[in-house]
Amino acid sequence: MIKKYGILINLVFILVVLVIAILIDIPKGPNLRIGSFFREFKIHRGLDLQGGTSLLYIADLSKISEKERSQAIEGAIDIIRKRVDGLGVTEPVIQATSIGDKQGIIVELPGIQNVEEAIKLLGETAQLKFITENGQEVLTGKELRRASLAFSPAGGGQSLPEVNLEFNDEGREKFATATKENLGKRIIVILDNQIITAPVVQSVITDGRARITGNFTVEEARKLTLQLNSGALPVPLTLAEQRNIGATLGDKPLKESAIAGLLGILLVMLFMVIHYKLPGLLANIALVIYTAIVLALFKFIPVTLTLAGVAGFILSVGMAVDANILIFERMREELRKGKILTVAIEDGFRRAWSSIRDSNVSSIITCLILIWFGSGSVRGFAVTLLIGILVSMFSAIYVSRVFLRLAAKNNKVANLLRI
Amino acid sequence: MNFVKNRLYFYILSLLIIIPGIIALFLFGLRLGLDFTGGAMIELAWQGDLQTEEAVKEIQSIGKKEILVQSAGEKAVIVKIASKNQEEAKNLAEEIKKNLAKKATSIEEKNFALVGPTVSKNLQTKSIKAVILASLGIIFYIAFAFRKVEKPASPWRFGIAAIIALIHDLLVVLGIFAILGRFFAWAELDAMFITALLTVLGFSVHDTIVVFDRIRENLRLYPQKPFEEVVNSSLLQTLSRSINTSLVVIITLLALFILGGETIKGFILALLIGIISGTYSSIFNASLLIVSWQKFIEKRALKKSGDL
Repeated sequence: MIKKYGILINLVFILVVLVIAILIDIPKGPNLRIGSFFREFKIHRGLDLQGGTSLLYIADLSKISEKERSQAIEGAIDIIRKRVDGLGVTEPVIQATSIGDKQGIIVELPGIQNVEEAIKLLGETAQLKFITENGQEVLTGKELRRASLAFSPAGGGQSLPEVNLEFNDEGREKFATATKENLGKRIIVILDNQIITAPVVQSVITDGRARITGNFTVEEARKLTLQLNSGALPVPLTLAEQRNIGATLGDKPLKESAIAGLLGILLVMLFMVIHYKLPGLLANIALVIYTAIVLALFKFIPVTLTLAGVAGFILSVGMAVDANILIFERMREELRKGKILTVAIEDGFRRAWSSIRDSNVSSIITCLILIWFGSGSVRGFAVTLLIGILVSMFSAIYVSRVFLRLAAKNNKVANLLRI
Repeated sequence: MNFVKNRLYFYILSLLIIIPGIIALFLFGLRLGLDFTGGAMIELAWQGDLQTEEAVKEIQSIGKKEILVQSAGEKAVIVKIASKNQEEAKNLAEEIKKNLAKKATSIEEKNFALVGPTVSKNLQTKSIKAVILASLGIIFYIAFAFRKVEKPASPWRFGIAAIIALIHDLLVVLGIFAILGRFFAWAELDAMFITALLTVLGFSVHDTIVVFDRIRENLRLYPQKPFEEVVNSSLLQTLSRSINTSLVVIITLLALFILGGETIKGFILALLIGIISGTYSSIFNASLLIVSWQKFIEKRALKKSGDL
């Protein structure tokens, strides 16, 4: 690509990439909208950088067939999302995960400090079950399509609140069979291990509708409807882990690590200039471009930034510079052998390539394993390190090569390249 | 400089660091973090007359060995309760908070974590799997990348030497943390520590490959030179790169270690130790081991022919 189109086109290409990256980077920059696709560009902060609560639930899937398991988890996630919306959390994370051979759900609630309340609201409500007199389960909340509040006329011109249930197709069949088999007997409705009502089956119900009439007040009936609608968790969940990070920490860790990172990068740049003179300076410019691209990718993907993620990014700066160090050391050797500058530059890049490739592949293998291995901080670290390594292949090899070639063209500047 | 000739000394230096570490590992073991033991962690801060030392003593007086309490700055403590029983750990944490609240004003829960046995057990098995998987992935990759290496070296020898250097680095980090764990509460084995280990593993191999790559190239360029000479000149040629790169990484990590805040201190230190060890082992262990191996084989062949 470089030979074919000349240095100028490559410079323009680098500039375009840089401008796009900077546009994404600037704090109040534009967002992306292509048709119905919309993405807001912003840095998402992990819980350790903004405080909040993280909960890990394990799902009991023992009563659910293999095929329906992922669907059940999806359903539970939907319901948790509805409940979280009720908490008014901005940017919650709710996602499926696996813990060994078990399935689970991670819930991250930035800014939430009252953990007990959140736990109550999220996981422990509304497991709906219909059982027969001898304890056989005939229906669960899974087969519920919708619950609604209704009033039935009672004596004396009054009306009593009741909850109407509508089942899905599967539920309709099950309910028809159950009412047929239990005609004249009771079917017990249980919500969260409490008996709500136990009506006697009067007739076979085939339309998939049922009414729960208890001695409800209007308020109770309304609450039950709400719970059933937002609440019929298809699987029982148990809380396996909870973490709460105080909000008082606030911006402090982010600022601290940002300052540390900045200082680290500046020291590295200083080192490069002292050690490699002009090529070092060019590598530093490539490093600035590298930083701009990486930050833009963090916003674009988007990557949730944790403290460990910041460390991963800073470590990747080391790896990015490593590629340049390898190249320059090689260049230096070629120059000492008496090769002319342009040849030494080309040979430096060519000869260093196999080490850069092989060593980066081994780091990429480790990153991929870490992404598989961990969640939260661990994954944050691996993802930022991986992005860093990939971008460094672009900046340290391609960008700095274009710069060096450009410098080598000018006779006055070229002499400064002799390291 | 002749590294190859002096290789015995370099091996001895490695052993001088690794052996005390291994002894510490066997004697004390590693300080297990909450991620591995399961249980609860609570960080409390307060105002009023109660001093940190008093609070620490107060909590220690409960007299349960699963409770670990440490100072977290002025008028703040971190309490860790190692327990497989989630409810029990939670209740104990709440009790401690209530007791302290009686003696201090405006007590604040800055951090709370509760880890159940499923999660901690899963982390244990997954960590072991991850380390094994990463090592296997890397050994196969090196064998593949070096499949065309010239005689007398063999691709598997390179792979295995890289793995030995890698085990060296893991042992250095584990050993030093076993010693540190005796004295410092932050030197503990948690998910982040495993992450540091795996990163060190990647970096160690990254470094080793650069040296191996040079050996591979020089073997091709100078087929008539003796093997140990090729290895020695390859080491000299890559020396300044190895040191410069490590310096760069060490600079950035030091900045993070000093300024980056308390929570990632242990993690950064594990990375620092591992990367220094990784640089050392890639220069002074990995390549030299291939020479030792080669010598061993030659000697054996010589003996056999001598016997005839």
